[in-house]
Amino acid sequence: MVTETPRTRSIVLDLPGWPGHRAGQHVDIRLTAEDGYQAQRSYSIGSAPEDDHVVLTVERLDDGEVSPYLVDVLRPGDKLELRGPIGGYFVWEESLGGPLLLVAGGSGVVPLRAMLRHRAAVRSGIPARLVYSSRSLEDVIYRDDLAQLADDDAVDVTFALTRAWPEGWTGHRGRVDRKLLEEVAWPPVAPSLTYICGPTGFVEAVAGGLVELGHDPAGIRTERFGASGR
Amino acid sequence: MSFISRGFSGRRRDDADSARIPPGQYVTSDFPVLSAGPTPHTPLDEWTFTLRGAVDEPVSWTWEEFKSLPSQTTTVDIHCVTKWSKLDTTWTGVSVDTLLDGVETSAEYILAFSDGGYTTNVPLEDVTGGKAWVAYAFGDEPLHPEHGGPARLLVPHLYFWKSAKWVRGLELRSDDQPGFWETYGYHNYGDPWQEQRYAGD
Repeated sequence: MVTETPRTRSIVLDLPGWPGHRAGQHVDIRLTAEDGYQAQRSYSIGSAPEDDHVVLTVERLDDGEVSPYLVDVLRPGDKLELRGPIGGYFVWEESLGGPLLLVAGGSGVVPLRAMLRHRAAVRSGIPARLVYSSRSLEDVIYRDDLAQLADDDAVDVTFALTRAWPEGWTGHRGRVDRKLLEEVAWPPVAPSLTYICGPTGFVEAVAGGLVELGHDPAGIRTERFGASGR
Repeated sequence: MSFISRGFSGRRRDDADSARIPPGQYVTSDFPVLSAGPTPHTPLDEWTFTLRGAVDEPVSWTWEEFKSLPSQTTTVDIHCVTKWSKLDTTWTGVSVDTLLDGVETSAEYILAFSDGGYTTNVPLEDVTGGKAWVAYAFGDEPLHPEHGGPARLLVPHLYFWKSAKWVRGLELRSDDQPGFWETYGYHNYGDPWQEQRYAGD
């Protein structure tokens, strides 16, 4: 287990017989209590297909049923029942092309990091930009890994901190807004591939913003979690 | 084959509800939004609903005409393949039986098609006989775009990806044509009570 941030933890799995996965896919985890009660939820894979182990990064939701168990209770040596990999659309590999724009809200960065690690592992020359929105610097998951991807593998990483930022912060302050999208998105006139992952309000705002800027909706893939509040 | 997850006790459910919850699902009071891409926004004066395919000729309604059709209000439980279930949801719309009234067809399947390119396939007998609607209101309000407005297909006895958001029509077919999620690894039929989530289940 690796504690990533106060609210998230990465779980490194030993999966004999794992068939491999594509960057962006997820697994379904099933927990069983002693009386037979079961709960199932889905979690994105944060590791690339080329990595040695399958890694799930889980954010603890305050009112969650499964995430608090995975983040607070599970310990090395425990067994987990899971099914996967699952998902055929929110995936990226080089044959799908680019240039790539990846936009993450909170723990939505997990499947996008898998895509960036995969891109690095196959030494793809496809240009990639990541915009990653978090509440504060301490909530940024994979910070070191992303810094390395930025340096070594020519990924343009933009952090947007929405609630708190350090003194002298030169990244984006506040939510990912239309102005930021205009700066970081690839020019709408040419084809590009965009993946947006995060809470549904975030995804709605970003996807809608990009479409308003002239991007083809068909080139935008979304993965959402959470309620609309309506 | 499952085993006990050390230290897991879970959140107990009200017994009265548990018979209504298909295997592997949990009840939410929220209304989660999931989609493959951006939310389409078709202006109502450009919106039409069309029956096409295995019919003598296509039948089409404008928004005004569609809203003038006899409507029904129904309260149903809905089940998403991503594990959440929402009980007692109330929808208003036009029954698919009403839309097919007077339409002669030898079709055995439908392929629903939506703005943005989404499709999903359902056997004709699963959208007739009072089992499906094209819904344009949720609760007291017009259906919100994030939830599929102006109108979505509603087929509550199957996983909710079959209830195509932003639906613009039904293609009546004699053969079964897998739709969007069905070609991306999801089950062709999608019965939540048999937990038919993914292909091969």
